Amino acid sequence: MIHFVVHDEGDSVGVVVVEGVKAGDTLTGWIMDQDREITFKSASDIPIGHKLAIKALARDATVIKYGTDIGRVVAPIGVGEHAHVHNIKTKRW
Amino acid sequence: MDLKKASFWGYKRENGRIGVRNHVVVLPVDDLSNAASLAVENNVKGVLALPHPYGRLQFGADLDLHFRTLIGTGSNPNVAAVVVICIEEQWAKKVADGIAATGKPVAWFGIEQHGDHDTIMRASKKAKEFVQWASELRREERPLKDLWVSTKCGESDTTSGCGANPTVGNAFDKLYPHGTTLVFGETTELTGGEHLVAARCRTDEVRKKFQFMFDRYQAVIEAHKTSDLSDSQPTKGNIEGGLTTIEEKALGNIQKIGRQCMIDGVLDKAEEPTGPGLWFMDSSSAAAEMVTLCAAAGFTVHFFPTGQGNVIGNPILPVIKLCANPRTVRTMSEHIDVDVSGLLRKEMSPDQAGDALLECMFRTANGRLTAAEALGHREFVLTRLYESA
Repeated sequence: MIHFVVHDEGDSVGVVVVEGVKAGDTLTGWIMDQDREITFKSASDIPIGHKLAIKALARDATVIKYGTDIGRVVAPIGVGEHAHVHNIKTKRW
Repeated sequence: MDLKKASFWGYKRENGRIGVRNHVVVLPVDDLSNAASLAVENNVKGVLALPHPYGRLQFGADLDLHFRTLIGTGSNPNVAAVVVICIEEQWAKKVADGIAATGKPVAWFGIEQHGDHDTIMRASKKAKEFVQWASELRREERPLKDLWVSTKCGESDTTSGCGANPTVGNAFDKLYPHGTTLVFGETTELTGGEHLVAARCRTDEVRKKFQFMFDRYQAVIEAHKTSDLSDSQPTKGNIEGGLTTIEEKALGNIQKIGRQCMIDGVLDKAEEPTGPGLWFMDSSSAAAEMVTLCAAAGFTVHFFPTGQGNVIGNPILPVIKLCANPRTVRTMSEHIDVDVSGLLRKEMSPDQAGDALLECMFRTANGRLTAAEALGHREFVLTRLYESA
């Protein structure tokens, strides 16, 4: 069963695609572009559609999704943690 | 899906364009004419009034856009005939003349010196004549190339970018080689991925025009913004659905133009394409505004991917909704025409998802009502460029 998807193997985040993910759950991820599966432990409760970090991200690091820059880290994000507006901001506007 | 000999059943209009709906429209030129237009709709069954809040004291490029949108809407091949009502006769005639250039039946009425009662009576008589005439028109089989398909997504979430939007992209890649006319837009929602769109432009000239439109819209944001727009773009719904930044939203958005088709031209808002291919139209990213502009540009079927569940429709352009978010498909099933949530469980391939959308497109083109049509969604929203005089 797929719990989260990653667009590209170079991405720093994946997207949870099932409801009810809790901290401590073991999750199976599907890297779509390379069609490969990975396993991760969730470090947060993560709602469906929200992201989890699959790489540790330090403050001011660039977040990569679709193989492209989607913003900057404003609070450190550990592997498996919920990555969203509380720790990532736009670089535009 | 083999599209080589694909066809659909549509209404051939006087100018050769093919419609997939057969509406008789009552078109108010301004807010003051809404009441009379709605009264005509009430008097004559099968007539569709398109009320809206604008049309007075507009000027310059904003007024040009107003006329272009109204004339384009009336000219759309999904419309069989039009009754135009305006407070002033001159502008009723101006809009009617613009639509009449397509050759379709058009009548116009001014309210001043007549009043609502007399206008409603005269317009109703004409509308009844048009409806009975239109009801005898018959569909004929037409090649796929005669279909014009637009796309815009709404209430997107992260499943849009990995499911519903790539499904539109798959369908666009399949439609493109068959001479169809396709359009996408949402200028500010390309922010962060504009370089990827520029790279897909067929010629340097197209790229230059795209960049001009993109920069023009960025200047509007820069001139009016009071923050980084993180309270409105991404929207609250986008953020609820897991989208964090405009860049992330844009990269998901761009999945709609597939991986192979090239951008053949660039359009201003509500401008009609001059040939087949994939077009970029400068446009707002607000759902009803963008879909209204697509209808005014002459598009006859619309692909609308959603994540969190936007419920939009359009009065004359059938809006096909597709969704990859299993929660939305469960909680808002009455709004979803194509469920592609299997994509994210690896139970459906991108190719199968694209085919499911195309199958729905053919059924819709042949006359099946979309969820939005069945539910009565008729959002008709005109884009304004600035204040009235």
